[in-house]
Amino acid sequence: MQKIYTRTKTIQQDKVSGFCPGCMHSTIIKLIGEVLEELDVVDRTACVLGIGCCGLQMDYMAYDNSTAPHGRACATATGVKRSNPESLVFTYQGDGDLASIGLAETMSAANRGENISVIFVNNGIYGMTGGQMAPTTLIGMKASTAPKGRIADEHGYPMHMCEILNQLTAPVYLERTSCNNPANTMKTKNAIKKAFRNQLDGKGFSMVEIVTSCPTNWGLDALASLEYIEEKMLPEFPLGVIRDR
Amino acid sequence: MARLFMKGTEAVAEAAVRAGCRFFAGYPITPQNEVPEYLSRRMPEVGGVFIQGESEVASISMVYGAASAGTRSMTSSSSPGIALKSEGISYCASALIPMVYSNFARGGPGVGSIQPAQQDYFQATKASGNGGFQMMVFAPSSVQEAVDLTYEAFDLADRDRNPVCILADGVIATMMESVEFPPMKSNVEIDAIKESKREWALVGHDFEKEKRAWIEPGHWQTKDMQKANEDAAAMYLEWEKDIRVEEYGLEDAEIVLTSYGISARVVKSAVSILRAEGIKAGYIRPITVNPFPYGAYDHINYDKCKAVLNVEMSIPAQFGVDVKVGVKDRCPIEHCLCSGGNIISRNAVLDAAKKIMKG
Ligand SMILES: Cc1ncc(C[n+]2csc(CCOP(=O)(O)OP(=O)(O)O)c2C)c(N)n1
Repeated sequence: MQKIYTRTKTIQQDKVSGFCPGCMHSTIIKLIGEVLEELDVVDRTACVLGIGCCGLQMDYMAYDNSTAPHGRACATATGVKRSNPESLVFTYQGDGDLASIGLAETMSAANRGENISVIFVNNGIYGMTGGQMAPTTLIGMKASTAPKGRIADEHGYPMHMCEILNQLTAPVYLERTSCNNPANTMKTKNAIKKAFRNQLDGKGFSMVEIVTSCPTNWGLDALASLEYIEEKMLPEFPLGVIRDR
Repeated sequence: MARLFMKGTEAVAEAAVRAGCRFFAGYPITPQNEVPEYLSRRMPEVGGVFIQGESEVASISMVYGAASAGTRSMTSSSSPGIALKSEGISYCASALIPMVYSNFARGGPGVGSIQPAQQDYFQATKASGNGGFQMMVFAPSSVQEAVDLTYEAFDLADRDRNPVCILADGVIATMMESVEFPPMKSNVEIDAIKESKREWALVGHDFEKEKRAWIEPGHWQTKDMQKANEDAAAMYLEWEKDIRVEEYGLEDAEIVLTSYGISARVVKSAVSILRAEGIKAGYIRPITVNPFPYGAYDHINYDKCKAVLNVEMSIPAQFGVDVKVGVKDRCPIEHCLCSGGNIISRNAVLDAAKKIMKG
């Protein structure tokens, strides 16, 4: 029998992921691994992980990685890339990491046009610490630190990072995708590939924002989470290419 | 190489370049702005990288990244900026990332004052970030010594895979002195240093788990975290051999002055005046303040010594607490202190010493 599908070699074969059922981190990590293999760059890749559930992959990814201080992934990646320009350097960050504590580092790396790729996993909540409010939490969405749901007058509005970075001159590529169905998942893979290609071509800063779910902290099962993405998240975070230069 | 007349900040920056430092990120703060300014000109000349980070937090994170990728890297700041860098310093210590940073300390706490002080002693030597890690901390008392120690700091950082701190102050930063520089490391030497880190550095590896580089600033398993703490503690004990201290006149001293960094400069001058006036004075000047040369205080002749005089630009005393550990109650300890950006005056030291001798 012909083997038409195998697990990406960028994931250690004897390890299991520590993600909750329905979590999309494992999907995205697989997509990244496939892209790295297809571009044949695994042996010159350095991944800088944010702090949060995104870091749970460190145990089982099979290529070079480090963990930045919470929010500092873009600054740490800047150091790695500038000291080894021939490496492919990407960050992998959640919304709390990238858009709250790391806002300055994200904005500044984008503004410098650092030749790095940013994979931004937006699940609208702090996953690892147990479902606290994030900068991307929707109005009305409950969080463990917003028991009545996010209230605009008190907490402000969800932050749209692609649109915010689109105010800057330097970034070359900003796209928002999702993994809520197979078609969007394939688009996410293509977006990741494009962000990495941009870097290999020396073009500069690219970010792919991936709208995902957090079934555990949203208090929904995996299927209901997919519906929530479609009905609530995507109207607030519309998918598409925001910038492509 | 000919002697040059240079400011402390610029001399430290040049020493780093000569030691093979090829990555610097920093954020402006007085009194060390000339470090980033100098390196913004100098790094491009040697094929290195200079970045003005968006904050101290970002700058140290950039250094963490660059050093993780095998490049000799440095950052610099002054007291409030060092407080912000403590996050990244702790990450470097935890993840076994060698790097060097200088603190040209100023008055505190808070934004404090922009003038020289020694008020970051505990921070540098006891708790430069969370988690109870330690670093070698060098305390130069001249521009030349700052140059020599900075140059060597990179070797020690690489040897231990640990951060090394140059604890200077605003006087060393802004004072101009004549200096002689150590040799410039060649590109061949610098490449060899980077190559020697290939195994663990983020330079790309074959994708098999044994080969990947994994920079880990922490551990999920508590047993692994404790093991890392134990390994670090064992390394700190090894530093006993790296202790550096200058001692003078301890055999017959009736009074021993002790001080570090710039205030030790003042103390040395006071001791020679006291000796000329017939008072048998000696001094102990730790050059490494961590590891601390507690043993030097055993060399005091306690049959003759009336008191140890701790001279320090910090109120309350901080260095004095380590002195107390070294003296072990074998004689009284008096203090001559100033703080908040005031520089210790020789007359104040002489008066304090003479008061002890009269009393
Ligand atoms: C300096 C610091 N502050 C707080 C934390 C605690 N913390 C760990 S993960 C996290 C939030 C992560 O949320 P997010 O970035 O959205 O990622 P997710 O877990 O949802 O993937 C926080 C606050 C920390 N590790 N370090």
